Amino acid sequence: MAKSVTINPLKMSQPLGGATAFMGLNRCLPMLHAAQGCTAFALVLLVRHFREAIPFQTTAMSEVTTILGGADNLEQAIVNIVERAHPEVIGICSNGLIEARGEDVKGDLKTIRARHPELAGTALIYARTPDYKGGFQDGWAAAVEATIDQLVEPLPGRNLRQVNVLAGCHLTPADIDEIHDTIDAFGLAPIILPDISGSLDGHVADEYVATTQGGTTVAEIRRMGRSVATLALGQQMEPAARLLETRCGVPVEVFSRLTGLLPWDNFIAALARISRRPVPQAIRRRRSQLIDAMLDGHFFFGEKKVAIAAEPDLLTGLSCFLNDMGATIATAVTTSQTPALAAVPSKTVTIGDLDDLETGAAGCDLMIAHSHGARVAERLGIPFFRAGFPNFDRLGAAHQLSVGYSGTRDLIFELGNLFIAGDRHGGMHATTASH
Amino acid sequence: MLQHTLQHLFDEPSCATNRAKDPKARKQGCGGKPLTPGNAAGGCAFDGAKIVLQPITDAAHLVHGPIACEGNSWDSRHSLSSGPMLYRTGFTTDLSELDVIYGGEKKLYKAIKEIVARYDPPAIFVYQTCVTAMIGDDIAKVCAAATERLGKPVIPVIAPGFVGKKNFGTKLAGEVLLDHVIGTEEPDVTTPTDINLLGEYNVSGDLWNVTPLFERLGIRLLAAITGDARYHDVTKAHRARVNMMVCSQALINVARKMEERWGIPWFEGSFYGVPETSKSLRTIAKMLVDRGAEVSLLKRTEALIAREEARVAEELAPILPALKGKKALLYSGGVKSWSMIAALQWAGMQVIGTSVRKATDDDKRRAAALLGDSGTLWESLPQREMYAKLKAGEADILLSGGRTQYVALKAKTPWMDSNQERHTAYAGYDGTIAFLKGIHKALSNPIWAQVRTPAPWEA
Repeated sequence: MAKSVTINPLKMSQPLGGATAFMGLNRCLPMLHAAQGCTAFALVLLVRHFREAIPFQTTAMSEVTTILGGADNLEQAIVNIVERAHPEVIGICSNGLIEARGEDVKGDLKTIRARHPELAGTALIYARTPDYKGGFQDGWAAAVEATIDQLVEPLPGRNLRQVNVLAGCHLTPADIDEIHDTIDAFGLAPIILPDISGSLDGHVADEYVATTQGGTTVAEIRRMGRSVATLALGQQMEPAARLLETRCGVPVEVFSRLTGLLPWDNFIAALARISRRPVPQAIRRRRSQLIDAMLDGHFFFGEKKVAIAAEPDLLTGLSCFLNDMGATIATAVTTSQTPALAAVPSKTVTIGDLDDLETGAAGCDLMIAHSHGARVAERLGIPFFRAGFPNFDRLGAAHQLSVGYSGTRDLIFELGNLFIAGDRHGGMHATTASH
Repeated sequence: MLQHTLQHLFDEPSCATNRAKDPKARKQGCGGKPLTPGNAAGGCAFDGAKIVLQPITDAAHLVHGPIACEGNSWDSRHSLSSGPMLYRTGFTTDLSELDVIYGGEKKLYKAIKEIVARYDPPAIFVYQTCVTAMIGDDIAKVCAAATERLGKPVIPVIAPGFVGKKNFGTKLAGEVLLDHVIGTEEPDVTTPTDINLLGEYNVSGDLWNVTPLFERLGIRLLAAITGDARYHDVTKAHRARVNMMVCSQALINVARKMEERWGIPWFEGSFYGVPETSKSLRTIAKMLVDRGAEVSLLKRTEALIAREEARVAEELAPILPALKGKKALLYSGGVKSWSMIAALQWAGMQVIGTSVRKATDDDKRRAAALLGDSGTLWESLPQREMYAKLKAGEADILLSGGRTQYVALKAKTPWMDSNQERHTAYAGYDGTIAFLKGIHKALSNPIWAQVRTPAPWEA
């Protein structure tokens, strides 16, 4: 029977996911149209995960403005932000309070624009992200779709070297760097939306800026309709990609995962096809390295039982990869129902919490979840690997690479070493197996 | 009902900030000026209520709302427990769209029932949130029904985020303790040296730096409210002889009403730094003796203070020369605005300025007196200005909370956590040693010279 109480939540909220996607836009100030606490909680998580200063605002709804309507707060917030921080774009996410009231935020934004000519140079994007529906990934997808819906118009002509990349929330800044470099290697110019590799990669700027620094520019987004193809990375990005296709006729290819040999082969093949260029030697060499890592590593993955809790696209990517290496997915827990889950190689996928993970993980050889899972793994005495958001108790979350030949290779080593360490005779096996 | 509680809290006569206002401003509520949309930072009332109540370690804390409230915040506060761990389990009703349409009361009741069946905690605190307040779920009614049917205190915490800032939520939580918890049970024995600490949440183990001192003096900590607390200890807190209010104004309503109801005298003090720790111990001893404890307590306290102060001086002697004259920028609030200044000055450091957010007039006076002409008081210091000051080298170190950590680091300036989320205990004599050693460790790290060196091709 389904529990009425969620115990040790896996899920983060939609508005948080939406705002994080907006952090992948350049000179952006993300904002929650909500009470100030919503931003404060989300901000703390983002700061702890990325170990960065995070620009993030709030319309600071109060009990009174909730009753009277939030339009005035929205107007004041936008005017204040533009005056103080001069962003190129403000990404606005609603929450449950605003959506349950049925506020016409789009209408409010029109009125606000009409009353304030000084906002002419600032793009305003509004994503509907009530926190009583979906989770982080859904909010991320909603923000990307809203960005395309509200900024992209059809343009004449095609740029045959330009490709759109819609990046799902399961990708880290390091993943996006890898994807960017790979596309570059084929002589293509990607427009990556959102591009957190520019803004949340951990860099030290020379001056203080109150907005994001780096990420997709508004000008780039407006050019997306001219691209020769859209690569949707993660099933979550498909609706946004389809919108772009319908509006501007840019054909879509969906890559539900990029971790593993064959999935990345598909990606490389698509780039070769789109660019009409041969696969560069350096990439072939890395493919060979991955094959070698699979050969070396498979001993330690075979028949290992793994418990995973992650958002749908991350869950799909990791569980398929582990299955590809011979491991069994004993328990899979996720946050919301999506079509991608059909691919998860597990008898059941529970929409649930870390308590469900704890129940199902007994006897497993490895547990994978975000940082809150660490205590669960500790209680069960199972080796633990952090994946997903938030990762607040280890360094380098932004630079965790798990896509591509190199990323998969390194992931094999990292997880394989956990299996070796967890295996009582692992050390000996590790030596003999290599002879 | 909420409006009534709110009005009543705004009338807090012991609150210096409140007293200083004209009657009209007082009605506007506490927590300073109203929030500015698009330029606001900080937690909500729900956050504040959680900070106060969650450290009750053996209770279950159930958040009635959509996932954002608990999913984005659970297990992120560093109040430590010496025993039960239930308080670190995140419980929420995780409301769905259907719950929002049809109401969440039934789901809430079932959730409470499931928690009782599985964990059997001594009490459950149920937190209202903005959405459940707006859709009109009657949490008090559900809690009353659950209390009756399940035979267990199920306590409504009516502090939805949108009623105010974090500070205000702490006061609402204080009212919850007064209405539902404190005074509901009697202790088996009482002693003439029973005390409570109010507003001490055992952040990173702060409390455990102080309790050994009490033990050595024969002072019994009846309840810390609420650091490392057990529910049944808090219920008996009304039999203490003295209350020490540790975190400035946060639980002033609790201190005053416990005095009103049970005649417990209280004082405001701090355990940050050597001078304040000694002063607090002296005050506790004196107040206990005034209420009938043995006079010898005074002497024993002086002896302990002398020993501890000598020990601190000895332990810190090797690093004090390195700290002498170093400049600190303090970005804190409330009581820490001044108590940390005293701790730094004691070590020979200079404080170039402190923020006085959430500070009372009294806090500000104390901070100003300590700083003299050598430092500035800021009502608020925008990050841009803070960055400029650090970049210009006006301070050697920033002491602040996590939110401004990266302002310092991006300006390539040492930083140390002085806030809720920190991982080290800074209270008491041992805490002072850890605090100053922490500053020394941050300042003396060899990376600073390296990261400030321009690349050879840019030099």
